[in-house]
Amino acid sequence: MTERVFIAGGAGFSGDRFDAAVPLVEHLANCDGPRYLIFEVLAERTIALAQITKTKDPDAGYSPYLEAYLRPVLEQIKMHHIKVVSNMGAANPLAAAKHINKLAGELGLPPFRIAVLSGDDLSSYVDEQTLLEAPTMEGNQLSGRDLKAANVYLGGDAVANALAMNVDFVLVGRTTDSALVLGPLLHEFGWANDDWDKLAAGTICGHLLECGAQVTGAYFADPGFKDVPALVDVGFPVAEVYESGDFIITKPEQTGGCVTSATVTEQLLYEMHDPTCYVVPDVCADVSGLYLAEDGIDRILVRGIKGSPRPEQLKATVCVDGGFMAEAELSYAGMNSLARAKLAADIVLERMQKSGFNGEIRRDIIGAFSVLDGGDASASQANNLPFDGDYRVRLSLISADQKTAQTLCDELQHLYCSGPAAGGGYRSSVTPQMASASILLNRTLIEPHIAVEVVDR
Amino acid sequence: MISCSEMRRLPLHAIAHSRAGDKGNVSNVSLVAYRPEAYKFLATNVTADKVHKLYAHLGASGVTRYDLPLLSAFNFVIDDVLDGGVNASRSIDRHGKTLSYILLGRFIIDMPIDLIPDSSPYLDPDFRWQTY
Repeated sequence: MTERVFIAGGAGFSGDRFDAAVPLVEHLANCDGPRYLIFEVLAERTIALAQITKTKDPDAGYSPYLEAYLRPVLEQIKMHHIKVVSNMGAANPLAAAKHINKLAGELGLPPFRIAVLSGDDLSSYVDEQTLLEAPTMEGNQLSGRDLKAANVYLGGDAVANALAMNVDFVLVGRTTDSALVLGPLLHEFGWANDDWDKLAAGTICGHLLECGAQVTGAYFADPGFKDVPALVDVGFPVAEVYESGDFIITKPEQTGGCVTSATVTEQLLYEMHDPTCYVVPDVCADVSGLYLAEDGIDRILVRGIKGSPRPEQLKATVCVDGGFMAEAELSYAGMNSLARAKLAADIVLERMQKSGFNGEIRRDIIGAFSVLDGGDASASQANNLPFDGDYRVRLSLISADQKTAQTLCDELQHLYCSGPAAGGGYRSSVTPQMASASILLNRTLIEPHIAVEVVDR
Repeated sequence: MISCSEMRRLPLHAIAHSRAGDKGNVSNVSLVAYRPEAYKFLATNVTADKVHKLYAHLGASGVTRYDLPLLSAFNFVIDDVLDGGVNASRSIDRHGKTLSYILLGRFIIDMPIDLIPDSSPYLDPDFRWQTY
């Protein structure tokens, strides 16, 4: 019987470090037991952007960084029988699978057996009106808008079913991030689908790995107060999971970063709401009794996770057309710069009003009041700031039409010659937006559509 | 006992650390004590109501506090604070990842100095934030 399973987290978001998996693969090669490497690269809206790409090119719609992530490690993955589970398939896992075997060919490797999981793309089997008219968890209305993508979060059980096809790779579109880890554990340990405590432990293990180095000292350093060694070469995480559900979080030797109770606790609570009820398709996890123990340097043992029965409904993200966002910036520096920056912003706001715009414009003065203040000067320390500074006016709005968005940018640009003294460094962008909402669907509607296809050349 | 300890007026940053995460228009901001001894002090003083006031200017409509005594930690779930969430916000920081430093930096309170970690710059009598 399998005693321990080793799972490494090679990426935590769509643009994570491309060389992060190299030390992980070296580490896994020396582990005695089943070894897995996961890449989590799919944010809430990434899949909708991929869906749009796919409609323009049926061979695209998966992670543009697929080669960047896999080329450095593909040979070692083959040599050491490391299995890969990833959502880099995005809106087109089948095309991603073919790309991987093309890359294998280029590197002189025999093709991989790759399972492609489908069923997350609701637009292929639920009609558009149903998706747009379903009540949203956020309470916003989607009906009447242009549907861009709708994907349901699949669970670890679907990933485990794909692994059962005796494959080297599993590529998915939308699953919960933690399912990339729970799937391999279900496959290796054969945990029953109502062994709630173990399903919860596997889910929380996945939750800790899914953001890459955020559990191993990255996203943590606060120099002088919370120091992290060698962040420049931060090691990505490895979990050693026991059949009991207990697991250790560690990282490869000779990498930077650190694994401590503090780093693990911060990541445990990241993006969590009620700690007694972290809901995924497979289980509701309860971490209120979770405790951590040191098990040597950079090794934290995690125990005490409980679970309760899985939800009857599955969550889906529906993305619709969201208009256009304008962002425009201009710098003021030196003597009296804060006053000049405020004057610049006031001029543009007044001119937008005169032009008939009556929506909201967000005003930041970067360096004085910005992300922590919601662009609201009164809430900040702005009045106590030095007159001699380096400030950047930033104005932003979202409008249904592109023209209004462009007008805001133009108005700030006009200040080059028509504004306060010495404004410089104008930058702007107008970008199409995607609005999104979450809906709940009965799992009986979803489950018949979950399928696995194997690509082996 | 706390009553014997010298008190000092400092931000929570002196005794705890934090990370913010987003889901839709909701931000969750954790608060993790550096020293387990600080847990009780934080539990008594850092109420959901007080935290709500710190985030009200961003539109926060409610705050729920969840307590994790085994981890010397709290989780504050702050509703409607992200200008509509990552796909709708006009903030530079659409995820609200910087928002943990509102709780750490703007919650200022008289605290017993023995709750501060020994290595903390706050215990250095010459420590000053750089100013003009």
